[in-house]
Amino acid sequence: MDAVYFLVQQMMFFSIPLLIVALGGMFSERSGVVNIALEGIMVAGAFTSILMINALQAGMSGQGLLLLAILVAIVTGALFSLLHAYAAISLRSDQTISGTALNMIAPASAIYLARMIQPNGVQQIEFTNTFRIAKVPLLGDIPVLGPLLFQNAYITTYIGIVIFAASAFVLYKTRFGLRLRACGEHPQAADSVGINVYKMRYAGVMISGALAGLGGLVYVIPTSTNFNATVSGYGFLALAVLIFGQWKPLRILMAAFFFGLMKTIASAYSGIPLLQNLGIPSDIYKMVPFIATLIALAFTSKKSQAPRASGVPYDKGLR
Amino acid sequence: MHKIRKALSSMSASLLAIAAGLLAGFIILLISNPANALRGLATILLGGWNNGMKGVGQVLYYATPLIMTGLSVGFAFKTGMFNIGAAGQLMVGGLAAVYVGATWTFLPGAAHWIVALLAGMLAGMAWGMVVGLFKALLNVHEVITSIMLNYIGMYGINYLIKNSHLFDPLKNQTVNVAASAVIPKAGLDQVFYILKGKYQDASAVNAGILIAIGLAIVIYILLNKTTFGFELKACGYNRHASRYAGISESRAIITSMAIAGGLAGIAGALMYLAPASGMHIHVAEVLAEQGFNGIAVALLGMSNPLGIIFTGLFIAHITVGGSYLQSLRYMKEIIEVIIGLIIYFSAFSLLVRDVIARAGKRRARKTRLAAREGQDDLSIQEEVDG
Repeated sequence: MDAVYFLVQQMMFFSIPLLIVALGGMFSERSGVVNIALEGIMVAGAFTSILMINALQAGMSGQGLLLLAILVAIVTGALFSLLHAYAAISLRSDQTISGTALNMIAPASAIYLARMIQPNGVQQIEFTNTFRIAKVPLLGDIPVLGPLLFQNAYITTYIGIVIFAASAFVLYKTRFGLRLRACGEHPQAADSVGINVYKMRYAGVMISGALAGLGGLVYVIPTSTNFNATVSGYGFLALAVLIFGQWKPLRILMAAFFFGLMKTIASAYSGIPLLQNLGIPSDIYKMVPFIATLIALAFTSKKSQAPRASGVPYDKGLR
Repeated sequence: MHKIRKALSSMSASLLAIAAGLLAGFIILLISNPANALRGLATILLGGWNNGMKGVGQVLYYATPLIMTGLSVGFAFKTGMFNIGAAGQLMVGGLAAVYVGATWTFLPGAAHWIVALLAGMLAGMAWGMVVGLFKALLNVHEVITSIMLNYIGMYGINYLIKNSHLFDPLKNQTVNVAASAVIPKAGLDQVFYILKGKYQDASAVNAGILIAIGLAIVIYILLNKTTFGFELKACGYNRHASRYAGISESRAIITSMAIAGGLAGIAGALMYLAPASGMHIHVAEVLAEQGFNGIAVALLGMSNPLGIIFTGLFIAHITVGGSYLQSLRYMKEIIEVIIGLIIYFSAFSLLVRDVIARAGKRRARKTRLAAREGQDDLSIQEEVDG
């Protein structure tokens, strides 16, 4: 049983950032803007927030500091994504161009700035992890569920779940969500009934930026004690989760957990006697999440439901 | 004439973006250390010339894989596909080339490196073709397949290297390839060197740059002068129209991705068929950066194979320039920031081009209108007279 608890706890570290960032990507694509800049935005969000933790950790620690960092990451991501929004929406440029540009600018500036700011030109930004919750009071004592979800966890896990619920609600149950989806499916029709397509798309991209920025921080905190200007391709993986999840919140949640579980097995298989005894080398285990995703996609993609107008710049003059 | 004007206008758009990116880079230099900013900019612009002919040779050397991955991404763009998997194709191709280069020593003379190069191409083709097959037959988005295959390739070659005779455990990288499998210098080392006393300190440049430029020309001809290329481009412009015209979309997607993969595979072969002092495949969980930089090269070159030669050279030029920035107390990462900004501004410059074109049209319409009004005046005049 301990092995199962351990697996689930580990899985959260991989799944939650994927979930948050893929949900972000969903808001952007459902509004009609492809956002391949998720990777770069994650790096930007993680950079500023961890720089802040690094600067303040002498005087602060624990959940208060983490919440402050979360706020910084969200604001950074939203602001940084404005660059993409401006090029893709206002200038109607090719959306892969500005996305690629952001993916290049973010890690390079993170290294450049870190090396200019820190003594001796060190590019890693160190932080002390004071954020782990060994056991949530009361909830952590519930049998089975307690060790599964409320021990050895981070507050970011719960934030991720809340973001999931909020995203599903906003997308399907609010006027804003309906309008956002309309702009991604048929912007001309949306415009004809008085919806400001440009505004909705700006909103979509900025939400995706905010969530991707947060996702960057959420990825780094449990898995490392320093930030080295990379999120190891998680932004691209989130893009894959988004497509695997067919641009729908619940399926994105399942895709993120599926991928996270595979990834956990790949990194923690040596702690599971059954898998350890198979004698399969670690590199093969590491390939499993990616192969499994490909196979799953091969069976489920025949009826792909990408937003119709995703990736197509909206030109009011072309109605 | 029309064609030349179009080429010039897209070139001016790229040049404008480059100027804006360099200006932004200069501002960053000014903010971080004002005293050296001008010298810093000069160092970047001088590129390889900072170190004489050897530096220029280094630019050509770094440009080689960039041109190849740029061609790979650009070629896929032409068929409407986004090849974000050049990194994986490059590594897989590189390993196949190293395998042949280190193992098939029975091949005589020049045949050895040529076969090794072809092996790299074929491996890259196979890797790229999987993406095409998934897209054409199973409707899986090419971006997702490419990303997955990047990681599968990375872990896969790590496994293969570690469990074969190709592994050099001391250096944690592949063994040296046989001397006959090293890409020949083609006399370039006699041109690109600096003298250190009596010793010629040659750059690492080899015939790879000639192969890359030659292939760019081949791809240009393939895309612009053959029916096959026309079909591929037609699918990129409008898949429905081309299907209506009787072009097999699946075939176009599969062959296009296979060729794109092959080009990236050649990039890997050209990189790793190097002498003992040159590049080796490291066993590390890192994707080859040349694959992602290829996207930048292709975008800046507007996916035009001939344009890609120049953008590949340019990006290599400022990258080599950036490596000399250390002495001025700047970090070389500024170059990647500048490249990113140039790509970003290239989105703007498209707009600028539009504005210029529209202004031109408006002026033409105005003169036409004015001419017509003049005629109207005349006819009114006639009526009055009548």
